[in-house]
Amino acid sequence: MAPLLSVQSLQVRYGPIEAVLGIDFEIKEGEIVAFLGANGAGKSSTLNALVGLVPVASGTVTFNGSDITDWPPETLAPAGMTLSPEGRHVFGTLSVSENLLMGAYSIKDKDAVNDAWERVYTLFPILHERRDQFAGTLSGGQQQMLAVGRALMSNPRLLLLDEPSLGLAPKIVGQIFDLISLLREQGVTLALVEQNVSMALNIADRGYVLSSGKIVAAGSASELSQSDALQSAYLGGE
Amino acid sequence: MDLFLQQTVNAFALGGTYALLALGLAVVFSIMGLINFAHGELMTIAGYVLMYCGLAGLPFLLSVPLAISASMVAAVLMERIAFRPVRNSSGATMLVTSFAVAMILQVLFQNLISTRSQPVLLPQLLSDSVTIGGLVIGVNKIAAIVSTLVMLVVLDRFMKHQKTGIAMRAAAEDFGVARLMGIRANTVIAGAFALSGLLAGVAAVLWVSQRASVDPLMGFMPVLKAFIAAILGGLGSLRGAVAGGFLLGFIEIYLAAFLPHEFQEFREPIGLGIVVLVLLFRPNGLIPSAALKAIKV
Repeated sequence: MAPLLSVQSLQVRYGPIEAVLGIDFEIKEGEIVAFLGANGAGKSSTLNALVGLVPVASGTVTFNGSDITDWPPETLAPAGMTLSPEGRHVFGTLSVSENLLMGAYSIKDKDAVNDAWERVYTLFPILHERRDQFAGTLSGGQQQMLAVGRALMSNPRLLLLDEPSLGLAPKIVGQIFDLISLLREQGVTLALVEQNVSMALNIADRGYVLSSGKIVAAGSASELSQSDALQSAYLGGE
Repeated sequence: MDLFLQQTVNAFALGGTYALLALGLAVVFSIMGLINFAHGELMTIAGYVLMYCGLAGLPFLLSVPLAISASMVAAVLMERIAFRPVRNSSGATMLVTSFAVAMILQVLFQNLISTRSQPVLLPQLLSDSVTIGGLVIGVNKIAAIVSTLVMLVVLDRFMKHQKTGIAMRAAAEDFGVARLMGIRANTVIAGAFALSGLLAGVAAVLWVSQRASVDPLMGFMPVLKAFIAAILGGLGSLRGAVAGGFLLGFIEIYLAAFLPHEFQEFREPIGLGIVVLVLLFRPNGLIPSAALKAIKV
């Protein structure tokens, strides 16, 4: 079976700065794939390039059989791929339910939107409780739940999660990881960028380790957790 | 006391017109960071449509929607032709583009229509006045206040309850993430321009119905005032634009009415001095935009 997402020699540049230097990877349907590496390794740049938030300098991205390399960001949620961005980026001046409605923007069918609402409110009862509150008044953990919930509103086949546990209390981090396993059971394929390496490898099937814009190691989660590549990627030893 | 109430009514009428114009500027600015100085020319276009409709003998009730539609269509065309190609450029590039659009339109009006001010036929009713509780109020003032209120309520409902309106608020806060949700950049920006055209059209009808004439440079002064009002209220904030528009209207009318005779010559600088004073205490405006922090990291 062809992978759901496959990426060939992806490069990302910000002016003269090269953030991602030609990487290849793939994600198969039903997998959880973790992207690991120190700050500035190019993980977020990779995810942002996949959804078109930053331009792809060269390389190809194939999702679900189509070449989506140069698709504008607004076309990807309807196609089945979305990103929950780093730093949450909820719409602070919109209410919780309006944020979720925006997540379902590309769904025209009212019943389908209501079903999506229902699903997110079942996953996160707290969001239902706070649905009329401005998103800007939620706590960090609740905003993260809202960011993930908003991404889920479009019923993605592939959900990209950028640092979902960043800045959250340990107890909330546990909840977020429980949720990720739950999403897999519901048939969502996940790509996960995480600083919390042990928790990420705990739930991921496979992982890629990035360092200075290149993939320096790849393999199953158990292989990676035993290899030296991870330590050297974080600590800079070669 | 009567004079004070009378002037308050005038201030509401003028402030309301400023508020509509400032709101039009703010809707576009909040979404694409463009201060559209050609907004005034949208007013002028609506004014000329009113004039030609009058000459053609169309009833005023028909001319008004035609004038407003013309301004909306012109706004959408302006975006499509002039601003879309420079959409991702710097704010300065877009600002200069808007000046260019304004000047091209002014020259076209001067050459194709007339350099001089043209009279606009208005229904007699507009220059009548009614007496309410001892106050003599012009029908055109009442019309201005009522239309402003109607527009503000309609716009508020649109922004709160329509999916497109909510999407515009989302895009104003974080355009990139809004696109990630599947909100099309072109739709939201064209929508913002259509709204600004609607607001400029209504403001133009109110403006022309106070003066009964239109000239090629008609839009410049009110839009300059609206720009000041938008800054006063907090650039990019819709509620701020309304607050700033009304405050500026009040400042101008009260100064004109109550400033001693010998100071009247300095009315404008004194008015702007008050604006600067307000901004000294509230540098981000009366009601700052929520996106302000995000833009200026």
